[in-house]
Parts: sequence; structure tokens; C-alpha cells
Amino acid sequence: MAVTMIEERKVVPYSGNMAAAEALRQINPDVVAAYPITPQTEMMHFFADFVANGLVDTEFITVESEHSALSAVVGAAAAGARAMTATAGPGLALMWEILGVASGMRLPAVIALVNRALSSPINIHGDHSDMMGARDQGWIILVSENAEEEYDNLIQAVKIAEDERVRLPVMVGMDGFIISHSIEGVSLLKDEEVREFVGKQRMFHPLLDVEHPTTHGAIAMSDSYMEFKRQQREAMMNAYKVIREVGEEFAALRGKKYEHIEAYKTEDAEYILIVMGSAAGTAKYVVDRMRERGEKVGIIKIRTFRPFPYYDLADAIVASNAKAIGVMDRAETFGGYSGPLFEEVCTALYTRNKFYPIAGLIYGLGGRDCNINHIEEAFDVVKKKAAGEEVPPVTYLNLQV
Amino acid sequence: MAQVSDKPKFVTKGEIKVPPIRDLTDSREGIAPGHRLCTGCVAGIILRQMFMAAEAAGYTLVIANATGCVEVCTSIYPHTSWKVPWIHNAFENAAATISGVEAAYKALKRKGMLPSDKKVKFVALGGDGGTYDIGFQSLSGALERGHDFIYVCYDNEAYMNTGIQRSSATPRHAATTTQPAGKVIPGKPQPKKWMPEIAAAHGIPYVAQAAPSHFNDFMRKFIKALNTKGPSYLNVFCTCPRGWRAKEEEGILISRLAVETNYWPLFEVEDGKWKINYKPKERKPIEEFLKKQGRFKHMFKPGNEYLIKELQEDVDKRWERLLKLEQL
Repeated sequence: MAVTMIEERKVVPYSGNMAAAEALRQINPDVVAAYPITPQTEMMHFFADFVANGLVDTEFITVESEHSALSAVVGAAAAGARAMTATAGPGLALMWEILGVASGMRLPAVIALVNRALSSPINIHGDHSDMMGARDQGWIILVSENAEEEYDNLIQAVKIAEDERVRLPVMVGMDGFIISHSIEGVSLLKDEEVREFVGKQRMFHPLLDVEHPTTHGAIAMSDSYMEFKRQQREAMMNAYKVIREVGEEFAALRGKKYEHIEAYKTEDAEYILIVMGSAAGTAKYVVDRMRERGEKVGIIKIRTFRPFPYYDLADAIVASNAKAIGVMDRAETFGGYSGPLFEEVCTALYTRNKFYPIAGLIYGLGGRDCNINHIEEAFDVVKKKAAGEEVPPVTYLNLQV
Repeated sequence: MAQVSDKPKFVTKGEIKVPPIRDLTDSREGIAPGHRLCTGCVAGIILRQMFMAAEAAGYTLVIANATGCVEVCTSIYPHTSWKVPWIHNAFENAAATISGVEAAYKALKRKGMLPSDKKVKFVALGGDGGTYDIGFQSLSGALERGHDFIYVCYDNEAYMNTGIQRSSATPRHAATTTQPAGKVIPGKPQPKKWMPEIAAAHGIPYVAQAAPSHFNDFMRKFIKALNTKGPSYLNVFCTCPRGWRAKEEEGILISRLAVETNYWPLFEVEDGKWKINYKPKERKPIEEFLKKQGRFKHMFKPGNEYLIKELQEDVDKRWERLLKLEQL
């Protein structure tokens, strides 16, 4: 049994990577496989230190690539172990093939993802291109606003992934550098609390039960492949419920509730921005400031990107006084009308047969700064849209031309 | 307790004795009848010999299979041919997958979540495409990290399952669908990659090359690998009647000819020490091996004698290198 390090709850000055590593230590997975990639590297440095000093019981596999990292995690999870990895940007892209294997085999693995841009041009800074590339691979995707949320989300991820109604892998994203390398106050739970919360994993036909041999990763022909995929869809629908349940259970422990979305001052809001990741924190500050000036603005933060909370989002918008909406995308979808989140928001409104003028805003690609001025600029675009002015499908924020 | 790194070591001292084959024929089958391997496929024979050896040595195998002939022929849902724990992940990652399984085994055993009295051995199984080519990086990584597993490559010298395309294991001048014998280019221009020496260069405790025609030698080598702590690499000759355009009933005969012509020397590398296990008293000419197979047919056309000569040179060169390695 791993030693107990944190016996009392405390608030510490931690970076996102430190917080994630601490969550991993408290979860104490059986197997962690990882390959270094900026800006994830630091997280695994901390974790390697825990391993080297006997603070975790984990088998740490220092693989030769991200592809092998996730491959080993798949092997370990199928074997019956609690298995995790961490990666960023191109690393997640290299894992892409195995992402589908992990979810198709219904393995409860967890990736601590540090969101990073994709090449080319090569860029090590944060945006959501990596996560959007992994969007359709059957993983549950949680997105964190800050270091503490990354910590909280990782702890919940284990429980969500292992729920027998779900049995799907989870990735938990945080913006590269902006969260991963910035120090902020992070409130940590006690080791004991985390251990108790995640509990002991229930093995599900583990490969290592040699007395009852099982075949994992069989080939399915066209007579059965679709049925497997249909079951994955069902598992995702279950995940929608389970994420909520786990969030409530976590709230009882933490005193801080996690839902699929967070509507911030939207009840009477006329202009709403929809944001994901670290920009949500900045946007909340801007909302407060604009409200002081008497402007009726609000934001909705997306925490669960997959399964996407269409109804939660639509209901929150319908419950407001929105005249127009802006969707902030930290990723491109070339040839699409606007960004990937934009399309999800349109779909969400369609589920309630509602039409709102929507402005697409692309920002922060490759770590480009998104400060309070840019969020205010975004609200200006939304106001224009509400006033019936001509607004292009996509407005790039903070573009230097 | 955190992870303990076990230094890979070759632990088998002295000669391994394989029980008489008639005793082993009664042993439990790891693979059930009714799989979909082609008639005459030697991969099935290799598997059975592996399981007989494991039974003789008292091991249960846990297998990670790369995508390939064996994988697709044995695991078509809702059926499975496997009577042992078996996992398929993807084409290029059998070695990485088994790394994860082996690590999980260590972790769960340490935590008392698995019985500790079982002799379990981890095997990664792949064809030459999944080993020499696309799985090369994953294999190299796993060998370097020193996981306790055996990598078995059934080498049928091309991508047989996908339609007989050349791989880096395809010998010089063999005809494949991606390098057919045409008027300008007579089959694959490059000689075969020599995987066992690359595996040995990782400094792993045990590397061997074997052939199913010499089953005692192969099973002895597999038992050695079972008893070795750390990674072992076994390169096993595997005829493919379909891809080689050979008679279904001649797989083992061709295997024997491969050994007798020095095309497929039997050797092993224990702790870096090379040893040739069989030296034919009189090396047969390569033609005897070639003429049994349609993939080399064009080499016998008038004017193409040089092709046979060149392949013979490849074979002789490798044999000479082996003799030198043995002297080291």
C-alpha cells in the first residue's frame, strides 16, 4: 500500500501539471505508461519521482512512443489493472488509432491530456486541435478550466470510466501552459478521501484470469460490427447520466458541484458566450466587469465535451433572455462553417427547435493570447449579430494582420 | 513498494530436454480445432509446438497477437480458437501491448490480487510484417525495457494475409504482388532484413532462429525462452502455401530444405554468445529450396540464372557471417 502523504485537506500553490500528478499519486494506478511531450513532460517528471521514491504502487512503463504508451495501457487495462497515461497534441495524434481500440474494447483507461496545437507549423502551446481530432474515437472527454478542475476531473474520470454501465475510457483536458504551467491555488483532498472515492476497480473478464481464459480484441465482420458500435453509443448515453451522478457524489465530498455545463450569470443575459477550457475563467471575469457597467452578459462553460450535453446546453440558453450567442472555438475545422464547438451548439438548439443568431469566434490557436479585451471584442461581435448586422461566419480574435 | 526492476538474465543452465513427442501429443491444446487458417498453413503447427513446449515446462501462456494471418483466422466473433488468455490490439503494437499486460501482472501480483503460484509467461506473436516492419519500433522498445516476455515471429516472408505484398523479410528476387517479377524488375530487389541479429543487438538474454521441421530444436528453444527472465526473441520459419505458391502438403519439407540449404540456419544467441545448432554436412544448393515454390519460378527461366546466383550469394554471405559470429 502506498504511503499517505496528504492527511489533511490543504490549498497549495500548484501548476496544472503538479495538480494532475498529485491526482495520479492519490489514485495510485496499477500501471502508468508515458512518453515525454511538451507540455505534458513536467507532469510525468513529478509522477516518476513518486515512483522512484515509493510513493505509489504503480508499474511505470517508460515507453518509446505515445503509440506504445496507449498500447501498453490497453494491454494493462484488459489485464485487469487500473491504467493511465498522459499526453499532449501530437502525442495524442500518434495515439489516435489506439484511442478507438481502447473504447471499442470498452476499457476504462484514463488520459491526462495537456491540450496542445498540432503541426504544421510545429507549435508546443495550447489549443484544442488535439482533442477535436480525437472527438469521434469513443472517449469521454472532460475539459478543465483550471488546475483544480483538472485535479478534480481526473479523480472523477476513474470512477466514470470504471462504472459498469459505461466502461469507456476518459480523457481529461487542460490547456497547455496556460493551465499546465501556471501556478495557482489548488485545494487538495486527503489521500484517504481520494482512495475511498475511486475505490477498488472491479475487474471485468480480466485477461489475467488464466483459469477462465478470455479473448480480447477479436475481429468482427459486417454481421456483428455495427452491434458493437451501437453498444458504444449506448454506453455514451449512460455516461451522460453517470458523469452527473459522479459529479453529485463528488460534490458531497468536495462541496463543489461538477455538472456537464456551467451557466454563469445567464438567467437574464441577452448576450451569451459559450466557452471551453481556461478561457472560461477569463470570460467569467469579463462578465463580472461588464455587468458592473450594466451589460446583460453571461457565459456557458462546457465541461463535458463527449458525450456532448445538448439538452443541458439548449435548456440553459432557452432559459436566458439571449438575443444572440457567440461560440468561442480554440480549434479550427477547415472547410466547416465555423469551429467544431459552434456546430455542437447549433445542434443543441435544434433539439429544442430554437433559433438564435450565432457568431463563430476562433481564438487562441497555438497558445495565442486571449485576454479580457478579446473576450469583450467577442461580446461586441455577438451584439452586432443581435442587432442584425452582417457578421462573418468566423471572426478570428487577436489576429495580427 | 514501488516498481522493482529485475535485471533480465538468462537463467537456464545446461541442456533443455524436450520430452518424447509421443508424450506431448496428449498435452492440452492451446488452440482449438476449427480455426480458419489455410490448409497447409505452418503457423498452426508452430502454435501447437509452442503449446506442447509450454505444457512440458509447466507454463500457461498469455498471448498478445499482432494483426495478421493468425489473428484474423482465430478470433472471428462470436467464435474464438484460443483456450488461453489472448489479446489483439493492433498491427504494430503486440510488443507494447504485452508490456502493459506484463506490467499489470507485476502490479496486481504485488498487491495480492493475483495468485502467485502460477507459472505464467507472456508471449507476443506476430508475422514478419508486424515484426520486421510496422511493429519494429514497438518491439525494439519492449526488448530494450526488458519486459519478461517472449516475442515469436512466424516469418512467412511477406504480408500474406493482405495479399502477398513484399515485406522487409521477403528474400531477394521473390515475386510478390507489390514487387512482382516483371520484364524490367525481377521481383524484390533487396535482400532479406536479418531480424535476429538486430534483436540480439539489443543485448537481450536470448535470441534464436528455429524451424518447425526441426521441432525438437524449436521446442527446446521455446522452453529456454520460457525459463529466461527478461525478453527473448524467436524467429520461426513459416511456409505459406498460398503466398509461396507451394504445395499444401510440402510445408514441412520446404522447411527442412530451407535448413539444409542454409537458407534458414538454426542458431541461438545466449547472453550474446552465438551458436549454430545445425551445420549441414553437405550444404544443398539453393535451387532445391527454390524449385518447390512458385514465388521463385521466374528465376528458373533461361537468362535468369544470375538471380539464383545472387540469392545463393546472399545465403552464403549470411552463413559466413554466422560462422564468424560463432567465433566471437
